[in-house]
Amino acid sequence: MKKALPSSRADKPTDSNLSQTKRFRQFNFGTLLSFFILFGLWVVLSGRFDGFHLVLGVISSAIVALISGDLIFTSPKIRSILMLWLRWVGYVPWLVFQVFLANLQVMYLTFHPRMLDLIDPHIIEFDSRLKSDYARTTFANSITLTPGTITVNATVLGRFAVHCINTKSGQALPGKMEAKVAKVFNE
Amino acid sequence: MNILAAILLIGGLIFFAGGAIGILRFPDFYSRLHPAGKLDTAGQFMMMAAVALFVLQDLSWQSFLTAAKIILIVIFVFITSPTATHAIVDAGVRAGLKPWTKAERL
Repeated sequence: MKKALPSSRADKPTDSNLSQTKRFRQFNFGTLLSFFILFGLWVVLSGRFDGFHLVLGVISSAIVALISGDLIFTSPKIRSILMLWLRWVGYVPWLVFQVFLANLQVMYLTFHPRMLDLIDPHIIEFDSRLKSDYARTTFANSITLTPGTITVNATVLGRFAVHCINTKSGQALPGKMEAKVAKVFNE
Repeated sequence: MNILAAILLIGGLIFFAGGAIGILRFPDFYSRLHPAGKLDTAGQFMMMAAVALFVLQDLSWQSFLTAAKIILIVIFVFITSPTATHAIVDAGVRAGLKPWTKAERL
């Protein structure tokens, strides 16, 4: 990667391949960021700080980042990626709170003597206005983590099928959570 | 610190036990996945928090690394647990299993 940087700088003045240069540099940024994330993971998981292990980590993270660096960061702009992550971090505390509500509700149902009277399972379907893959994945996983609902299926066209444990938990969908996810992913 | 870790461990155990009992008590495949997918998340969260607190009692570089690894486990389970639940439900739907409804019981 260090070798690639000067060549991209040398390409800059020529007008003809400017767009190609731009794409090259964007590609580099995504790869670079995933390299640092992978290397951080390596350092934490190995726990050894001698030269041999660090060099091994650099080599293997570089290989993985070069092969699959464009998988994690799909957006071309640095700012938008960082802002997205910041907003996503802001979304997590609300999600954790919902997870604990979900756990308490399922615990209540599990130990209730007349549990079969309380539940009324059924599958509902609705259309989501979320467009990108990441937004839909986050939304589907959030549905599964929140009280009384499990995502059954999410189609390419944005149609969600959700299994609800009772009628009340299904009525809240898509509603507030979709709005929150849409805000995170700027849609 | 030891007492706090013990309390968290017992809380996690209660959640795991609730998950196991819930899998047995709920009526069908789909509703059984509700306790299986959710109570595990909270159970492992509390247990891992207890272990991380216990490890961090002696403040050294090594114990800090161990705690970081435990936090990574929690994050990965938070991402993978709903995905796995979703995959199992989807397999059931593809195989043509109809969900249990209240009408069947009456």
